Amino acid sequence: MSRARRLGLTLIAPLIAVVAAALVTSLVLLGVGESVGEFWAVVLSVPSSRLMVTIVNNASVLYLSGLAAAIGFRMNLFNIGVEGQYRVATFAGAYFAGLALLPGVLNTLVAIGVAMAAGAAWAGIAAVLRVTRGVSEVISTIMLNAIAGGLVAFLLRELGEQQGQIRRTTTIPESAWVPGIPLIPGEPSLVYGLALLALVAGVGYAVVLNRTRFGFDLRATGASETAAVASGVNVKRMTVAALLLSGAVAGLIGMPDLFGDSHAYGSTIQVGLGFTGIAVALVGRNHPAGIALGALIFAFLSVQSNALGIIAGISPEIVAVTQGVVVLSVVIAYEVVRRYQLRIEQTEVARALEREPAAGSEVGT
Amino acid sequence: MSTVAGASAPGAAGPPQPVGAAPRRSSPRSMLWVWLLLGLLALASARVLSGADDIDSPGTLGAALTLAIPIALAGLGGLWSERAGVVNIGLEGMMILGTLGAGYYTFHFGVWAGLLGAMAFGAIGGLLHGTATVVFGVDHIVSGVAINIIAAGAAAFLAEVFFSGLPGGGPTQSPALPNAPSFGVPILSGAASDLATKDWFVVSDAASVVAALTTDMSAFTLLALAAFAGTYWVLWHTPFGLRLRSCGESPTAAETLGVNVYRYKMIAVTASGALAGFAGCYLAVVASSGYANGQTGGRGYIGLAAMIFGNWRPGGLLTGSLLFGYTDAARLRSGGESVHALLLVVAAGLLVFALWQLRRARAAHAVGFAVAGGVVLFWFLATDTIPSDFTQMTPFVATLLVLALFSQRLRMPAADGQRYRRGEAG
Repeated sequence: MSRARRLGLTLIAPLIAVVAAALVTSLVLLGVGESVGEFWAVVLSVPSSRLMVTIVNNASVLYLSGLAAAIGFRMNLFNIGVEGQYRVATFAGAYFAGLALLPGVLNTLVAIGVAMAAGAAWAGIAAVLRVTRGVSEVISTIMLNAIAGGLVAFLLRELGEQQGQIRRTTTIPESAWVPGIPLIPGEPSLVYGLALLALVAGVGYAVVLNRTRFGFDLRATGASETAAVASGVNVKRMTVAALLLSGAVAGLIGMPDLFGDSHAYGSTIQVGLGFTGIAVALVGRNHPAGIALGALIFAFLSVQSNALGIIAGISPEIVAVTQGVVVLSVVIAYEVVRRYQLRIEQTEVARALEREPAAGSEVGT
Repeated sequence: MSTVAGASAPGAAGPPQPVGAAPRRSSPRSMLWVWLLLGLLALASARVLSGADDIDSPGTLGAALTLAIPIALAGLGGLWSERAGVVNIGLEGMMILGTLGAGYYTFHFGVWAGLLGAMAFGAIGGLLHGTATVVFGVDHIVSGVAINIIAAGAAAFLAEVFFSGLPGGGPTQSPALPNAPSFGVPILSGAASDLATKDWFVVSDAASVVAALTTDMSAFTLLALAAFAGTYWVLWHTPFGLRLRSCGESPTAAETLGVNVYRYKMIAVTASGALAGFAGCYLAVVASSGYANGQTGGRGYIGLAAMIFGNWRPGGLLTGSLLFGYTDAARLRSGGESVHALLLVVAAGLLVFALWQLRRARAAHAVGFAVAGGVVLFWFLATDTIPSDFTQMTPFVATLLVLALFSQRLRMPAADGQRYRRGEAG
């Protein structure tokens, strides 16, 4: 198959998905008698520079979340627990930084380390259960999500402090804050300084997965466990390593906001980031660039939808339907394309085989 | 998914059944009664020792049943789907659709129409999952996750469309809904309730159970129990059920015998969605007084866990659901105190388990369980109550513990979660 054709086939799947999602969303809106035109006018309007900054901020956070999920996916591990790992980790990081045990930047760096360790530890429970007791990580991480919610609420009550209506950890000393980046000239709101973490993590993900032995083993185990075992991969160790790594990256999700904006972990923390990350990873096919695109699309949709209620009188919740349909139709489209590709390859091989005996007989004569 | 080895599973789990073997198993069923009796005894002892009277009052047990049924129905949905080889993590989403359908149709057309509407909404979710996984061969977990996202969004969006502006309704909740009719056994109910308050060891506790079962039994509860009996009969005693389960054990073998695997899987997943929809309806109509956003609160996942706990069998699933429903009820009724008393039961259970392990000459395991039991016992003795945050996570911790302790004895359908395509046999 030619390169161009292969590339075209790779790109057509997400295109189908976006069209399908747009179609379904429009049909749902039509069904309940809302104005489809107004919906798209609001969602597809050019965002103001303030909203653009918000989109970049949200996308960077979703990207980290998507990476965390993707690390597991590459090994056929379904870490549904990114949500719980992110919460436990953000709390741990915020609490540690709030203690102000270390001066300035050192505090920031170690707190990020603490958050990563906490996320990894929370994922580690699922990893240990999986390799020692054979418990499916899908179920255990779902349970751990719920447990994380209760645990963090409890810790917040024990270790946090009351500030008005909200219970939150001690505010991080100002020396440890990370200043924002002025991305758009003249725009007062800034991009999180730690949004760069997403860039670093993305490059790290690409390098580790494609350029190291660990990454090769990980992908090999995901592609075929038996083949990986035959080539000497210790699958149990890889499972633990992949889940720990996934949890550690999940620990980063809360950092840009923590050090850039909220400066404490409070009961107002954004929930659902972990689940959206799974969706983003699926849309991006676990590819570092694909996940970035997915994160941008999702951030764009949720930020743009906020105005729906005020301008068009449509509930912004409709965007969750759009996002969900994008995920489902993307995976279906990829599957259909994969089958189509397979069939083309099969016919090509068959055709090549038909030519073969003729070539062989020529040599004989 | 994890690959649980099909090792022989003695004891509560029962020996693995070859596909279609005549279900002539006296042991699991009598074991169930033994377990129930032991549970009652443990509860009675804990009640007397800790003085937490609400631990098995008729009110708590009634609430336990009410909270167990949605979990059980969701689990039953999971059972249909997974017996046909389709992992259904979208149960949560189908349940959400069920609560919405129940809210809309019950408000406009009454209780029974509400039930049908809820089941139809759930079935739509099931159909979607079936189309993605069976027809297009998408990974089952991925499709389930997507369905959960779609369902949560659709419900939140449609709730605003359906219920905004209705009297008593709002953008996130429906107006109060009429409850399903309920029945009681007049004389027995009163007598049992009286006896339950007498505080006699075991006798009062047994009376509590009777009182809970004879007072204000919802028609939906009976229907749910009928669904269990029906499922057991259909899946294990009819040719249809045999074919359906063969699709979950070895679809290629089923295909060679002329079974239309796609059709059976689609039927199973759609039924699964309908049952999850029923679960949602029960939650909205019986367990609470109307639809509310986020009402399911992960019960679809707990149902899935209950099904795994029950080793992919209806009896075990029901037991698991009752256990989870009970921990939920204990937490809701008198929160910290009851769950605190349950610590004693857990500690005793762990210590007994340790002794059992010792008898089987597994010293390391025995020590582990003994230490765990000791820690829980110390926790019980050192505190008076459990913070509400912890009581909230009881069902989830219980699920995790059960999975960790018993996962080796579980045997899921052999081809569960695997991609199947027609004509790729051999």
